[in-house]
Amino acid sequence: MAAPLLDIEDLHVRLAAGRAARPVVDGVSLHVASGETVGLVGESGSGKSVTCRAVLGLLPRGAAATGAVRVDGSDVLAMSAARLRELRRHHVAMVFQDPRAAVNPIRRIGDFVTEGMRAAGVPREAALGRAEDLLESVGIRDPRTALRRYPHEFSGGMLQRVVIAAALAGEPRLLLADEPTTALDVTTQAEVVSILARLRAERAMGMLFVTHDLELAAAICDRVYVMYAGRIVEAQSADGLFARPRHPYTAGLLGATPRLGSELPPRAVPGRPVSLAEAPAGCAFAARCAHALPRCADEQPVQREVGGARVSCLRAEETADD
Amino acid sequence: MAGFLLRRAGGILATLLVTSLAVFGSVHLAPGDPATFLLGGRSASPEAVAAIEAQYHLDDPLPVQYVKWAGGVLTGDLGRSVQFRQDVADLILARLPTTLWLVGYAALLIVLVGLTLGALAALRPGAVDRLVLVGTGVATATPAFVAAIGLVSLFSVRLGWFPAFGNGSGLGGRISHLTLPAVALALTFTGLLARVTRASMLEELGRDHVEVARSRGIPGSAVVRRHVLRNALGPITTVTGTVVAGLLVATSIVETAFGLSGIGQLLVGSVTVKDFPVVQAVSLLVVLAFACVNLLVDLAHPLIDPRLSHAKGAAS
Repeated sequence: MAAPLLDIEDLHVRLAAGRAARPVVDGVSLHVASGETVGLVGESGSGKSVTCRAVLGLLPRGAAATGAVRVDGSDVLAMSAARLRELRRHHVAMVFQDPRAAVNPIRRIGDFVTEGMRAAGVPREAALGRAEDLLESVGIRDPRTALRRYPHEFSGGMLQRVVIAAALAGEPRLLLADEPTTALDVTTQAEVVSILARLRAERAMGMLFVTHDLELAAAICDRVYVMYAGRIVEAQSADGLFARPRHPYTAGLLGATPRLGSELPPRAVPGRPVSLAEAPAGCAFAARCAHALPRCADEQPVQREVGGARVSCLRAEETADD
Repeated sequence: MAGFLLRRAGGILATLLVTSLAVFGSVHLAPGDPATFLLGGRSASPEAVAAIEAQYHLDDPLPVQYVKWAGGVLTGDLGRSVQFRQDVADLILARLPTTLWLVGYAALLIVLVGLTLGALAALRPGAVDRLVLVGTGVATATPAFVAAIGLVSLFSVRLGWFPAFGNGSGLGGRISHLTLPAVALALTFTGLLARVTRASMLEELGRDHVEVARSRGIPGSAVVRRHVLRNALGPITTVTGTVVAGLLVATSIVETAFGLSGIGQLLVGSVTVKDFPVVQAVSLLVVLAFACVNLLVDLAHPLIDPRLSHAKGAAS
């Protein structure tokens, strides 16, 4: 098998020294192949966004990362500033959560869409021409006029389309989507997701889709990684995840989803999410887990293959047969 | 836009009217009167005092005096100075260049040094930031007259680099004579602007769109220029405008300390001897300068941030 497009191996991230010093990502390994859509699901604070940003070498100031984040075989964590700029201009692009915050409010849409291309040396006229095509491809009407407008003249959904267009400007092979629909209205969410899925397919990009919405991830992704307190607790195909969640946390998340046509009310996962820094020595989910044994709190589960999924749970084999 | 300018012009006129009333009233409420000064302490007959008061219209009731004065101002006649027995307009015009040079020089220093220090502090957290904070703290807390004494004793008396006194003539002479006064004048406000710049840039540095720009491979210097400094300009412009207008008043101390004959010194001297027409004219000038600078700042804001457009409905 050829080297995957994105290969994260045993990534650890520690925030800056001082009062806020704490680990946030602990031994995350995941990979995304060309043309594949991979979901990274977790609650806020689970470390999914930090993991996603690490792919672009965007770590919080003073944060220390160990392990490897390889894009096309080269380790992002070891790249020089110049190599990083090269990576960000041509190989990996990111769509952010809140388009209102992601686009500089005082510069024109055209400036925003063309900025990456201009930095890569594309002449102004050519960049504007390409920006027009890109805006058209994400469904912005009258793209030529749109280029001269300001962000506050657009709705959130339209602005997220602009952000997607700008992300595609460098013809990236890997697209990172960090909760791209969380800040949008429900009706707009579906549109933005379908635009992302269509463009990913048209351009045969790999996509890492970060979300807290397990159902959404299962709907558009080929495979899904579930993160809890800085660690990956389960990874398997989207279909498998839905049919047979192997980790109690995944099962809990699925059970907490409200469903139309179901008589049963959604059941919340009891307790509150913990961060990696306050997690016990063993399984971070143990305190909230209905299947927890005394040893779960002390013994860190090793990730292993159980029934086609990779799971980090001491009792994965037992619960798999339920 | 035209409507906006018209409204603002009306606002400036109203401000001038109110402040002229306030200045006129407060000057006359203060104890003492110009006739005493003119007589120079000599005892004079009541007839002589009455003659002087009649000559300067000091015997009229206050409202009449105000209307006469305001009518004069509207026709371009600012009155005659009691102290100098000259037209106020001539007095001011003769001193305006020195003050404008001083204010311009100080403003240049404030903007250049304040912006640089503020940006440096925002972009280099740690030792540089702390150094700038301490330095600007000291600068902000140093009164101009203390700075003037310190600068003169070091650079004029000990090192002999700059003259300690006088206006100077010609471009070089002016610059060398005005350097120490400009530095003394700029010190406090440079600290202020540096701190405002630092705070405003730190706020922008934490914004998502700055990280987005970095995530797209934009070089760091361009990110700072186009996304941090550019977006931080709003508060910086507001403070710069207020500071530059305020310099006109602040010059009085520095001009007195360095023996420069400018507007500020004229104001101080005139207040001491109750030279009403001069005090009123200079006060109005300062208010006018404030109003105009504020108008310029307000006109600049939509250029800085398109969300603050004056022309409502233009952005459809």
